[in-house]
Amino acid sequence: MSKKPAMQWFAPHKELRPRSKLVMTVVSFLLPILLWCLFSYVPWLWHPKVEINEPGSVSYFKSGMLVDRELFDKETLKAEQASKAVPQGKPANPIYLPAPHEVGEAFYTAFTTPPKRRTEKWLHESLWNSVQVIFWGFFLSSLIGVPLGILAGTYDFFSRLFEPFIEFFRYLPAPAFGALAVAILGIHHAPKIAIIFIGTFFQQVLVIANTTRKLDPSLLEAAQTLGAKNKALLFRVVVPGVLPNLYRDMRILLGWAWTYLIVAELIGTSSGITWFITQQARYKNFDNVFAAIMIIGIIGLTTDLLLAWLGKRIFPWQRHGVRA
Amino acid sequence: MKHLLDLPSYLEQDDEVRDRFDRLKQRPVALSVEHLGKEFETPQGSVTALQDINFKVHKREFVCVIGPSGCGKSTLIRILAGLETQTTGEVLLDGKSVYGPGPDRGMVFQGYTLFPWLTVHKNVMFGLEQAGRGKDTAAEEASQWIDLVGLAKFEKSYPHQLSGGMKQRVAIARALANQPRILLMDEPFGALDAQTRAKMQSYLMEIWQNIDITVLFITHDLDEAIYLADRILVLKAHPGEVQEIIEVPVPQPRSPEQLLSPEFLATKKRLEDLIHPEQEEEGTNSDHLNMVRMVPVDHEVESVF
Ligand SMILES: Nc1ncnc2c1ncn2[C@@H]1O[C@H](COP(=O)(O)OP(=O)(O)OP(=O)(O)O)[C@@H](O)[C@H]1O
Ligand SMILES: [Mg+2]
Repeated sequence: MSKKPAMQWFAPHKELRPRSKLVMTVVSFLLPILLWCLFSYVPWLWHPKVEINEPGSVSYFKSGMLVDRELFDKETLKAEQASKAVPQGKPANPIYLPAPHEVGEAFYTAFTTPPKRRTEKWLHESLWNSVQVIFWGFFLSSLIGVPLGILAGTYDFFSRLFEPFIEFFRYLPAPAFGALAVAILGIHHAPKIAIIFIGTFFQQVLVIANTTRKLDPSLLEAAQTLGAKNKALLFRVVVPGVLPNLYRDMRILLGWAWTYLIVAELIGTSSGITWFITQQARYKNFDNVFAAIMIIGIIGLTTDLLLAWLGKRIFPWQRHGVRA
Repeated sequence: MKHLLDLPSYLEQDDEVRDRFDRLKQRPVALSVEHLGKEFETPQGSVTALQDINFKVHKREFVCVIGPSGCGKSTLIRILAGLETQTTGEVLLDGKSVYGPGPDRGMVFQGYTLFPWLTVHKNVMFGLEQAGRGKDTAAEEASQWIDLVGLAKFEKSYPHQLSGGMKQRVAIARALANQPRILLMDEPFGALDAQTRAKMQSYLMEIWQNIDITVLFITHDLDEAIYLADRILVLKAHPGEVQEIIEVPVPQPRSPEQLLSPEFLATKKRLEDLIHPEQEEEGTNSDHLNMVRMVPVDHEVESVF
């Protein structure tokens, strides 16, 4: 191979060509799926269990049972030595690692399987529950956090007033407030929203303050020489100036909010997607568990892509190619 | 540097030029700087950036400020714009002392400071709206100024869609739209290539000749200073002080052919002597690098030196 094509794939700090970028995106998803397939479908890779087809002479083996391979080998040896019927089985993975096709099916069946009890929820209801908790937690946090962040990033006065305490508070793990939140807010949605709020808010103020501080100071100077004063400087220069970066921050922060979801939903009465996952794990429906976890990822990624696409439309003055 | 030509003295002015300067000095003073000084407090101690600066700029005059790097040119113009506060002295605009930034002193910066989120048209409208003009009047006036700098076609463009020269033209239009008493420019063409820069100089000359504006222009390019200025304020470094104020003997209106006229070259020689004196005070007094000629043994071409 000549040197040129290699350069195109591995050039430091150079963007790949659009086609190559697409290829890499696909590969980035295919790679883990391929690994998963290998471990699931190639019998001699891992497969620490044996699924019994034919118990033979072993009294406690039953058809369809999963046993450790050593145990199976031991019992087979014993049966052979005693010249009794040998048990039959095929290599299998533990129940907690379902194969890709099983999880693929679960994507569909998880939505169509009715809940076991009347009081329980369908999967889509659970998901909707979770989305609402995230939305309100993030929305309330942003409602206060964004203005505070912009103020702290613009005026040293507010920076000194808010940031030292927030800097301290952000080290307190949000889940630690679980019991307190339940005591104050009851057992339903409110304490869960509160945990998402606590998990997001303090980071949010600091991140947005920092972004605001990075605004090119010469833009403020130029505005001042054009006659802009306090309020105009804030609302007509600082706010529009930081908006694209602020938007990008919000996308990242929304991702963080999702990571607090599972903990938040365990507080009080378990609810939402977390309830679904724990319930399915209890029934040993690990294919449903995997499907539910992946659905969280898919919702997260789709929202982010949607927001990214929207961002390009809202901020036409942004040069493209800025990666979040 | 040795000049091969016999040049006249830069102090010699022909009758027309002398007459022009006489009339210029009759005009009222637009900007007056008195005993201006600036010290910066740094962790290493205080640095005197400017010391006892005195000069006057008359109405509709074009004054260039020139001096070695670090002599305090930017500091001076930032104080005039109100973006920095002086330690001592006073700045008088039309006889009244000024503090803090304001729309009466327009500024064009070296870096591009157009608001990236506003179109060209909205950028120029910014100052007009701050001055309390109605939306319609502001829009109309802005269009006129954009037309003046020849960018009518780009009204709806965003700054990132413009070339460097175009951006600076918008910046000039934006500053002029406020009709400031004085236009302050800190190396506005410093980042442009030679051709664009020459074109921008002509534009600026044309604008200055056609509208009632006083200009204080910072540059480190000697040709640019002589080509543009009525008078040149030469600063020296450490501490920044006025070294000389030169009346440029090149007749107005200027044209690029004058770059080779004897008056022009005489002025340039004077500036060179002031800014790059023969005897350097510090460092090596040789202009040459400490270099050994490095050529591989099997070099393919003969040396031509
Ligand atoms: N904010 C500051 N704090 C401390 N010292 C400063 C500050 N700004 C400028 N100085 C010092 O003041 C002196 C003058 O700086 P200034 O930027 O005005 O120079 P200049 O003539 O514009 O230089 P250049 O031609 O490189 O733009 C320099 O010695 C610089 O180190
Ligand atoms: Mg400077």
